[in-house]
Amino acid sequence: MRIVVCIKQVPDAKNVKLDEKTYTLKREGVESIINPFDMYALEEGLRIKEKMGGTVTVVSMGPPQTESSLREAVSYGADETVLLSHRAFAGADTLATSKTLAHGIRKIGFDLIICGKQAIDGDTAQVGPELAAHLDLPHVSFVRKIREITEQSLTVERLMDDGYDVVRLPFPALMTVVKEINLPRMPSLKGKMRAKKIEVSAWGPAEIGLDDTQAGLTGSPTKVVKVFAPQPRGKRELVEGDPAVQAASLLDRLTDDGILKISK
Amino acid sequence: MDYLLSENELMVKDLARKIAEERILPVRAELDEKEQFPHEIMKVLAESDLFGLIIPEEYGGFGGGCLINCLAVEEISRVCCGVATSYAASALGTYPIILFGNDGQKKKYLPELASGKKIAAFALTESTAGSDASGIRTTAARQADGYLLNGTKQWITNAGEADVYVIIAITDRQKGPRGASAFIVEKGDPGFTFGKKEKKMGIRSSTTGELIFSNCLIPADRLLRREGMGFVAAMHTLDKSRPGVGSQAVGVAQGALEEAIKYAKERVQFERPIISFQAVQHMLADMATQVEAARALVYAVARFVDSGAKDISKVSAMTKLFATDMAMKVTTDAVQVLGGHGYMRDYPVEKMMRDAKILQIYEGTNQIQRNVIGQELNKEFSRKT
Repeated sequence: MRIVVCIKQVPDAKNVKLDEKTYTLKREGVESIINPFDMYALEEGLRIKEKMGGTVTVVSMGPPQTESSLREAVSYGADETVLLSHRAFAGADTLATSKTLAHGIRKIGFDLIICGKQAIDGDTAQVGPELAAHLDLPHVSFVRKIREITEQSLTVERLMDDGYDVVRLPFPALMTVVKEINLPRMPSLKGKMRAKKIEVSAWGPAEIGLDDTQAGLTGSPTKVVKVFAPQPRGKRELVEGDPAVQAASLLDRLTDDGILKISK
Repeated sequence: MDYLLSENELMVKDLARKIAEERILPVRAELDEKEQFPHEIMKVLAESDLFGLIIPEEYGGFGGGCLINCLAVEEISRVCCGVATSYAASALGTYPIILFGNDGQKKKYLPELASGKKIAAFALTESTAGSDASGIRTTAARQADGYLLNGTKQWITNAGEADVYVIIAITDRQKGPRGASAFIVEKGDPGFTFGKKEKKMGIRSSTTGELIFSNCLIPADRLLRREGMGFVAAMHTLDKSRPGVGSQAVGVAQGALEEAIKYAKERVQFERPIISFQAVQHMLADMATQVEAARALVYAVARFVDSGAKDISKVSAMTKLFATDMAMKVTTDAVQVLGGHGYMRDYPVEKMMRDAKILQIYEGTNQIQRNVIGQELNKEFSRKT
């Protein structure tokens, strides 16, 4: 089975500071890590490979330093890496990102694509589902458990607010995973040794057959108009007592404030 | 301090720290409380290839030496000395096979020990033989089809948990120290069972117990090297492993020092954090200095061992002696810095203090280490005059 895992290099949230004027993240000097949700995606990819056979290819779009995260993925057991890196890819929103990834992944070849549910910096949770749309794949988001996997299909549990759905989908397919799905393993020394030596393929728009205008900032309809911290919400009060007392107290407050008028 | 470690050494150190902090730290108090062997953690260490550090690459290991083993042991001990004991005891049981095994024995045992699929143990001590190894009663009688073992080993780390045991038994009582031999025994050999599991003061997540040999017949090819090499094998093994005990001491003391500093910065008395008081600062300064001095000695000796030096008994004993006495002092002082909190099991330093005590006792008491050092000094100066 050809498994592709998408990862994103993000600043280590434990050490990130906020610029108090612009409210943007101060990234300088902050250590980069693999997006934690992508670690669950990688672990699940490795487990499926161990069960079904095949390969795990890790792909990431990002600046050249993203290579270190791809090597790190190899230290955990990934077989191959692909870095999508080019000036034309810079400044991409989720649409341009997912389109770029789709072109790269089509070139790699796949049966199953696994993404983390979202990245801890952008927090959109859009890239996975958009990627499935570009590749015209069935997909399930927020997978918390794989119930069954065969050569033909995948049966998973999708985490919902009020429980979970059981979904079966045929290959090729895409899923995004939540942290409940597994406990990622530790890297191994053999993996680390391999990670030092492995060649990381770096592809630009030409290699993946993507028109420059579809990528990066030019390919991104999303424009960031302003970044700001939300206003604190207004004053709140808790009305206490048993339900009858609470209702009476609330009614008094509403009539006192002139919001409700009780006609006699 | 930067000890100019190589890329591979740093890689091992970082990996051991990651495992210690992410997998051992959350469970160390529970393992101690319940006296549970850390099966899950051993599996993680195995899958991360850390059991193969000292095993040559041709047998599936990492091909590292004494220093790289010390770095891993130190990082694990910084978080839990009990887990580190279980881990390091496997290396102790592996060393005699690396040092004295023939190619067939190495091919048979080392790859599985390197992968951590099997773990090892080393068994010298008996009820009548501790510091005085000549008190060994366990016998190995040559038979037509192998050796017949009879006797009981006591206080053996990893007893029952290990799959491969290297034991010292008497093959010829007439020959004194030259009458002891080293054998490999496997869990499941007929007549080989496990006795009492000890209840300990510290390192409670490690298992300590008896090995009982009752007409246990093992094949002749389990003998390491040849008959009469038992004590030589034991002494060479301990020479190699003592810096490892020194690194356990450095690790547990480092862990205690960090806890003491953290606490001293947070704890407010007389409206100031207690770290602002000179009485506390001086304690922390002494602790930090002692830890660094011990670490410098352990690393220097480990590098000397890795250089292939032969005359390592004296300096190897020094690492164990100096570092473990230091660890007892530093962990005790850490409890003192934390005061009442330090004495409570809600904080980790009382465990570190309990754990540190064994380091002055096992793998040769510190009194025996002084004997070794003293005898070597005597020998050196006899040669010179």
